[in-house]
Amino acid sequence: METVTMTLVQHPELYLECYSVTPDLFAGKSLAEIADLPAHEGKIVWKLGDFFKFDGKSGATAAETRIIVNGDVHKMKRFGQQMTAGEILINSAADMYVGCWMRGGKITVKGNADAFLGIAMEGGEITVEGDATNHVGSAYRGDWRGMSGGLIRVKGKAGNDIGTAMTGGTIIIEGDAFIHVLTHADGGTVIIKGDVEGRVGGQMVKGDAYVLGKILYPLPGFKKVATVEKECDGQTYTFDQYIGDLGERKGKKKGEVIYGNIYLKA
Amino acid sequence: MSELIIKNGYVFDPISGIKGDKADIAIKDGKIVDKVSAKAKSIDANGKTVMAGGVDIHTHVVGPKVNLGREMRPEDKLFRGSVRGGIVKQGKRMEMGFSIPSTWKTGYSYARLGYTYVNEAAMPPLMAPHVHEEIRDTPIIDISAMPVFGNNWFCLEYLKNKEIENNAAYIAWLLKATYGVGIKCVNPGGTEAWAWGENCVNIHDPVPYFDITPAEIIKGLIESNEYLGLPHSLHLHGNNLGNPGNYTDTLDTLKLAEGYKAKNKFGRTQVIHNTHLQFHSYKGNSWGTFGSAAKEVMDYVNKADNITIDLGCVTLDETTTMTADGPFEHHLQSLNHLKWANCDVELETGSGIVPFVYDKDSAVVGIQWATGLELGLYAKDMMRVFITTDHPNAGPFTRYPRIIKWLMSNKARLATLDSMKGKAKVIAATDLASMDRELNLYEIAMMTRAGPARALGMSNMYGSLAAGADANIAIYDLDAKKLPTDPELIEEAFSKTAYTIKEGVIVVQGGEIVAEPPNHTVWTKVTMPENTQVMRDIKEKFTKSYTVNLENYAVFDDHVYRPRAIEVDVA
Repeated sequence: METVTMTLVQHPELYLECYSVTPDLFAGKSLAEIADLPAHEGKIVWKLGDFFKFDGKSGATAAETRIIVNGDVHKMKRFGQQMTAGEILINSAADMYVGCWMRGGKITVKGNADAFLGIAMEGGEITVEGDATNHVGSAYRGDWRGMSGGLIRVKGKAGNDIGTAMTGGTIIIEGDAFIHVLTHADGGTVIIKGDVEGRVGGQMVKGDAYVLGKILYPLPGFKKVATVEKECDGQTYTFDQYIGDLGERKGKKKGEVIYGNIYLKA
Repeated sequence: MSELIIKNGYVFDPISGIKGDKADIAIKDGKIVDKVSAKAKSIDANGKTVMAGGVDIHTHVVGPKVNLGREMRPEDKLFRGSVRGGIVKQGKRMEMGFSIPSTWKTGYSYARLGYTYVNEAAMPPLMAPHVHEEIRDTPIIDISAMPVFGNNWFCLEYLKNKEIENNAAYIAWLLKATYGVGIKCVNPGGTEAWAWGENCVNIHDPVPYFDITPAEIIKGLIESNEYLGLPHSLHLHGNNLGNPGNYTDTLDTLKLAEGYKAKNKFGRTQVIHNTHLQFHSYKGNSWGTFGSAAKEVMDYVNKADNITIDLGCVTLDETTTMTADGPFEHHLQSLNHLKWANCDVELETGSGIVPFVYDKDSAVVGIQWATGLELGLYAKDMMRVFITTDHPNAGPFTRYPRIIKWLMSNKARLATLDSMKGKAKVIAATDLASMDRELNLYEIAMMTRAGPARALGMSNMYGSLAAGADANIAIYDLDAKKLPTDPELIEEAFSKTAYTIKEGVIVVQGGEIVAEPPNHTVWTKVTMPENTQVMRDIKEKFTKSYTVNLENYAVFDDHVYRPRAIEVDVA
C-alpha cells in the first residue's frame, strides 16, 4: 500500500468541499495531478493544491492507496465521499459528510466529525475517535435509503437522527446520543453505549437498537416481550427486549411477523 | 428580415408528405417559407436528419404538483447539480433535478431533444396562476396547459342533467379564466369520489352524491368539446389506471367514442385522446398473473379512427409519479411505502405524488416496459399513436431518445430484455420478444411531431415543415440513408440535436444551448354568446362554496406570458 500525505498550508475562508479526497480519485495519479483536483469553497472552484501540499505517492488502485490528512481540517467537508476502497486517516477534526455514500475502505478521524457522518453508506468502516453530531448513517434529506452496510464507530457522543431510514450495517456510539435513533428504519443495527434522551425506533419497520445506558423517554409504540441474553459489540449483556414500532406496517417471514427491536440493558 | 436556409438534409415531414428525401427548408422571419433570397444564412444538413420541432402532447412540467414534487424530493437533485446550461449574462443556470427538473432544465432539455412545444397535461384551475408563472420561467419551448374537468362540480351537475350547451359555456369560461387550451379529464368521477374516501373503478361506478357515472361524464365532455369545436379533443386519463386486468375497462372507455365524429376547423380527426395507454392495458387479476393486453387494446384503437393515444412508456428509472388521480396515488403508496402527498382542490380536482422506482429486475416493471413498446409496435396508423412517458410518471421525458431506440431496434429491445432478472416472466406475459417490427424515421416523425400536432389541432403552427408553419426545426446528426447498426448511436443522435431552431432562431447547436428566445403560452380563446344561466351558476358557486372570490379567481391577463390564442367562434 502506498501513502499520500496531504498537509494543510492554507485555511479556507469559508468551508471547503473536499469531495476529491478519496483513494479512488487519488489512485494512479501523480502528486501534481492530485493537487489539480477540484474543491469548492462556496461557489468558487479551487484546486486541492491551493490548500494542501502533497508528499508520498498514490497506489495504482484505490485499494492500494492510503491518504493521511495533516493539519486542522475542521472546516473541510466530504472526505472520502463515495470511496470504494483504500484508507483515509484524518489527524484532526473534520467537518460534515465524512465518508458520505461510502461503499468500501476505511476512514479514521482522530478528532470530532460533524453532521452527516457516513450518510447513505453502503459498505466499509468509519472510526471517529472524538464525537459526532447529527445524522450519523442516516439518509440524505428526503431520501428513504439510509445506511445499508458497513460499520460506523463513534468513540465519543453523538447528536440526533442516528441511522434514520437505515436498512443495514451497524452504527456504534460509545457515548450518549440525543434523540431519534433508527427512525423509519427498515433494517440495520444501532448500539448506543451511553444514555439516549428518547424517540428510539419511531416508525421503525425493522432493525435492532441496543442501549446500554438509559432511555429517558421511551416511545409508547414499543412493548416489552422478553428478557434475553445478547451479545453486543463483543460482550454479552442481559437485555429487556421491546418490539415495535407497533404503529408501523410489518413484514412477515415464514408466517412470523418481523418487528423492530429495542434491547435495553436490564 | 432574418432568413435562414437548411440545405441538403434528409427531411421527414409527414404533414407535407416528405419521406426522407433531400430537401432544403427555407425560413423567413420565424416562419417556414417556400424560398428565401441568396443572402439567407445557410446551415449545411448534409448527411443529417431534418424534422419539425418535436411536440409533446402529454407531459407534467409546470404547476403546483410539479413544484410540490420538487419540494418533497430534494434527493431527485442529489449529485445532479453539476450540469449548467443556458446563456444568461450572470452565469449559466444550474440544471437541477432528474425526474422533476427545474424550469430551466425543462426548457433546455426539451430544446436539446429537438422539442419546441409541449402540452402540460393537468392544470388545476384554481392553481392556474402558478402554472402560468412556471410557463414564464421555462425558457425556449412554447407551452399550453389543459385545465381538468372530469371531477369539476359544475361539469358533474350540468352533465348529470344533460345540459351540454351550459357545460360547454362553462368550459369556454374556464378556458378563458385559466388561459387553458383544452379539456383534460383525469379518472372521471374517481377523484371526486376520493374526496369521499372512494374511487370509481369502472365507467359505470357512480360518483358519490353527484350520482353520475364516469361513462356519462366522458360522453358529456366529448359532446361539449365537439359543440365548441375546440382544437384538441377530450384528453382522457380513464378509470382504474395501473391495475391488473384493467384493459377491459379501457376498452369500455374507448367504446364510448363510437358514433362521435370530430367537428372542428383545425384538421383534428379524433374525439378522444386516450393518454398514457400503457397504464391502462393490463391483463391478469393479480400482480402474479399480470400481463400485457397491448394487442387487444391496439386491435381496437387501430379500427377506431376517431381515437388517438399516447404510449406512456416505462423507462426503467427512478422517478416521481404525480397525477390528479388522487386515489391511484394512495393505492401506489400502499404498494411501495414511499412518501406520499395528497391534495384536494376544492370543487375542481385533487392530486397525489409518490416517488417510484421502476426496477428493471421486477417482473411487473418489465411487463409494464414491454407493454408500452408493444402499443407502439402494434399500431397501424402512426399519426394517431404518440411517444410519451407521461413525464414524469413512467419516466422522465429526457428518455424519449431511448424509447425511440427501442422502437427502432429489435436488437436494443432484446438487449434490455436480456438484462432483466425477470426476463422469463416478461417474455411469458408479453409479446415483445416475438415482435421484430422496427419503426422507421418517418414513423418516428409522425409519433413525435406531426401526429401530436394534428391531434392538438395545431398542425398549421407546430410539428410541420410546410410553408406557413412556425420555423421550429430539429436537425439530428443521423444519416437517414445509413442508419447506424449500433442502436446506442440512434439514442445518442436523438439526445442532442445538431441544431434546434425555434421560430427561426438557432437555440441549440451541437447539443449546447446557444440562445434563449422567450416562449409563448398557447391557449384557446372561445368566443360565444354569454350564457346568463351559467354566469349565474358561477356566481352562486363562488358565493356558496369556493374559498376565493370570483373576482380573484381568473388569471390576470398580464400574468400570462406572451399569450398566443387559438381562436374558436361558436355561433
